[in-house]
Amino acid sequence: MLRYLAQRLGQAAVIVAIVAAITFALIHLAPGDPFSDMMDNPNVNESVRQTLRAQYGFDRPLPEQFVRYVNSLAHGQLGWSISNQRPVLEVLGSALPNTLLLMGVALVGSFTLGILIALIQVARRGSIIDYTLSGISLFFFSMPDFWLAILTLLTFTYWLPVFPVGGAVDPVMHEYMGLGGRFIDRLWHLALPALTLMLLASAVVARYQRAALLDVLPADYIRTARLKGLTEREILRRHALRNALLPIISLVGLSFPALLTGAFFVEKIFAWPGMGLAVMSAIGTRDYPLVVGGVIIGSIMVTFGSLLSDLLYAWADPRLRSH
Amino acid sequence: MPGQIQDSAATRLARPRESPLALGVRRILRRPSSRVAFFVLGVIVLVGLLAPLVAPYNPSAQPDIVGLKDLPPSLAHPFGTDPYSRDVLSRVIYGARLSLMIGVLATIVSLTVGVAYGAISGYAGGFLDAVMMRVLDAFLSIPRLLLLIGVLVAWPNLSIGALVVFLGLTGWFGLSRIVRGQVLALKHAEFVTAAQALGASRRRILWRHLLPNLVSPIVVAATLGVAHVIVLEAGLSYLGIGVPKPLASWGNIIQDGADQVATLWWMSLFPGLFMVLTVMTLNVLGEALRDTYERR
Repeated sequence: MLRYLAQRLGQAAVIVAIVAAITFALIHLAPGDPFSDMMDNPNVNESVRQTLRAQYGFDRPLPEQFVRYVNSLAHGQLGWSISNQRPVLEVLGSALPNTLLLMGVALVGSFTLGILIALIQVARRGSIIDYTLSGISLFFFSMPDFWLAILTLLTFTYWLPVFPVGGAVDPVMHEYMGLGGRFIDRLWHLALPALTLMLLASAVVARYQRAALLDVLPADYIRTARLKGLTEREILRRHALRNALLPIISLVGLSFPALLTGAFFVEKIFAWPGMGLAVMSAIGTRDYPLVVGGVIIGSIMVTFGSLLSDLLYAWADPRLRSH
Repeated sequence: MPGQIQDSAATRLARPRESPLALGVRRILRRPSSRVAFFVLGVIVLVGLLAPLVAPYNPSAQPDIVGLKDLPPSLAHPFGTDPYSRDVLSRVIYGARLSLMIGVLATIVSLTVGVAYGAISGYAGGFLDAVMMRVLDAFLSIPRLLLLIGVLVAWPNLSIGALVVFLGLTGWFGLSRIVRGQVLALKHAEFVTAAQALGASRRRILWRHLLPNLVSPIVVAATLGVAHVIVLEAGLSYLGIGVPKPLASWGNIIQDGADQVATLWWMSLFPGLFMVLTVMTLNVLGEALRDTYERR
């Protein structure tokens, strides 16, 4: 297990290094440099440009620039966000807890709901209920994240105004609330974005889990359980589900990129103050360091998400535990 | 009964060779759900192709920017009009054309790169394979949308052609891994050894003996890939960095109404419905294809 852990950690480090190389290439292949506005300005004379280039190391050979870039990344320096007038790491770091909260709630909710739907479908496989639920999950599975977010926003804040329009807290009243009131206010603002993201993700889980359960059903131990006289319900709960839960652990890692991008759109549409909102706003202001910072942090999150799910898998599967 | 086995083997040999693609299509059309999906997709594709004939208005005409703007759905404008007084139904129809075209072209790019990369990696093996796979792992850990945002913010005001290329270049990682696995598994198959013994060149073996065995994963990846690109393109256009503005794509139409979602709800609802319908049919067909190929 320790060896496996070291091996996977090494792989993750290599991946992060290659991601750094990719973003470096992205920055340097793009036309112009970070102060090309100033560079094109006829009032700025050549010596100022040279000084600036030298100051920021743009006159060095590319390999040296790459080493410097990796070095600054390793020290957590992601550059300066022009639109926020703060370091990129600070902007993204302060927004990260909100994103993790949103994703965490959606993750737990979607796996619970998705597995439940799959169980109902498999218990009544071939029935109208099974087909209807399959159709519904296909519908949500095929839906662009941003469109569902727009629809839930429209439905539950304008047509049936039960939830607040956006943000993480009430902009005016939150300061004047008691501790309990603040907590409820936060939950109230979290509900709709989290529900939207949960709906998107649970469609994926339900489809995947239904297939996993159906894969397990022809197994010998299910036949044995049936011969022992267990009811179909007990077979599903005690034998099929337990074995079909293993693939779901890898789904956590596999669905992480989709969950992250889903969260980015949901944050933008519900003005939820997370990483996604920061990066999406940086698109409009062309705040490139912040965009690239978002790409790097997002990729690191995905890498560690899949690392975590692999480790969980190795821990949960008794066949792998001994290695 | 040995006679029977020989019989069936003989009939199998005698049957004219059918391409795996035709076989797949024939098989999935036995399912009612695929037939419905095929029909619906066919209608959407046809509407997109015949857009100039089907659309009631010119999609970019702004007939009366004061009197005809922001109209809710009515008989004259079933999907309403946008803030520039353009007819949303006509724009959705032209959007079908553009969004489908982008989806198909970008997927062709992905398939080409993905198959080439996977085949080279699997066939070469050894150190090159290991390096190529680690690079692939890295690409797979960058969420595709984020990577595209990074690229599109760096190169603002891209043409549609360039957008298609970038959409394609970020979509081949998964297929590449499947192709590599297949090539790796088939590399030492007897028919490959036989071809080698007969003196076939590497190129011939890749093209004539390995590639035909890859058709099924490629067809599945293509179908699901088009669906994925349509959703991505819409998302990027919604963010304002996808298809350049006056053109109508499904994402652009939603973007045009994004400032006033509540009052111009028809501008988000209708293009989105068309998009979901298209993506659903592609997903149904792609999965049906995967099922039939896997069962074989």
